[in-house]
Amino acid sequence: MTTRTIEIAVGIFVALGLAGLFMLAMQVSNISEYRNTDGYTVNAYFTNIGGLKVRAPVTVSGVRVGRVTAIRYDPERFQARVEMTISAAHDYLPADTQASIYTAGLLGEQYIALEPGGEDDVLVHGSEIFYTQSALVLEEIIGRILVNLTTN
Amino acid sequence: MLGPLQRLGRWGLGVFERLGRGHLFLLRILLSLGVAVTRPRLVIRELYSVGVLSLLIIAVSGLFVGMVLGYQGYITLVKFGAEEALGSVVALSLVRELGPVVTALLFAGRAGSALTAEIGLMKTTEQLSGMEMMAVDPVKRVIVPRFVAAFISLPLLAAIFSAVAVMGGYFIGVGLLGVDGGSYWSQMQANVDFYEDVMNGIIKSLVFGFVVAWIAVFEGHDTVPTSEGMSRSTTRTVVHSALAVLALDFILTGLMFGDI
Repeated sequence: MTTRTIEIAVGIFVALGLAGLFMLAMQVSNISEYRNTDGYTVNAYFTNIGGLKVRAPVTVSGVRVGRVTAIRYDPERFQARVEMTISAAHDYLPADTQASIYTAGLLGEQYIALEPGGEDDVLVHGSEIFYTQSALVLEEIIGRILVNLTTN
Repeated sequence: MLGPLQRLGRWGLGVFERLGRGHLFLLRILLSLGVAVTRPRLVIRELYSVGVLSLLIIAVSGLFVGMVLGYQGYITLVKFGAEEALGSVVALSLVRELGPVVTALLFAGRAGSALTAEIGLMKTTEQLSGMEMMAVDPVKRVIVPRFVAAFISLPLLAAIFSAVAVMGGYFIGVGLLGVDGGSYWSQMQANVDFYEDVMNGIIKSLVFGFVVAWIAVFEGHDTVPTSEGMSRSTTRTVVHSALAVLALDFILTGLMFGDI
């Protein structure tokens, strides 16, 4: 076999390998989420975030507008501080928007649902969402039901 | 009475001696890696016999592994009514584990054994000594190009394996069993993280490529120059590569995913 054919075959092989890597990156994994990180960041404090994870979706009426970028515990307020990035296209959310942590499906992932309020001011970079609703913890609900049942 | 003890000691010393020789040999390879840059044609020629000729078995195995994963994943998931998650099951098991590991095992059998046999025969027929007589360093001329070619080939082959297997899972899951095609891909993209899963899989295949290439060229160079010795080295390449890959996979998995 001539050197030329061998080199062409190796070229095809390397191209195929890189195409495989490219497919794994673009089609299989979530690298596209990492690209459009431009947007503004808002904070919200929750008493309990349940099983919320970094990179969980942030939605308005079920439409995805951003994602959770950082979660940490605030030792001064004794609450969890959730930082979320909302894409720049959605810059119309009122300042009194409410943030709640819900669960997608019965065993699904937890996400943040935003419910727009009525104020004219809008959320900007660095602003805080004051109205928050923590994640529902199953044991707490069961406990409350049991208390209600026994007191009645 | 001391006989068995002495045999055990001799065996242990032999193991350590081989390990030491292997590491010294690796040091020699790493010190002469520059030849891969100055004479890339040597590497390209080896890339053909190591990489291109392994392409078929890797692609076909990938297709079948993906199709089996599609079947097995579906059978289990449908019990919980979660067959929509098939895409993420298939892709996660492929990019994290099966892609790098199965490719490395196949590669050790297909290309590693061939490398050992080739270098072993060169040593047995005194071609390597002949080169030294002509003041050609056999490590630079013979070993390094093969080592580099194997090291480059394995990650590329692992990527091809995973990509083909994901397609195989798609054929079975979506084409045959009727999982929704849109949720196959969207579940996959929602659950496979680029840095956590894909990059860690690539790091694994780089480590495996290094180890399999090292074992293959060392066994070839270290062979006893007889026909029996050659057959032993070839077998050892496959066995040791498989053991090293599986043990390293356990350690790497522990390091990468253990803290979650």
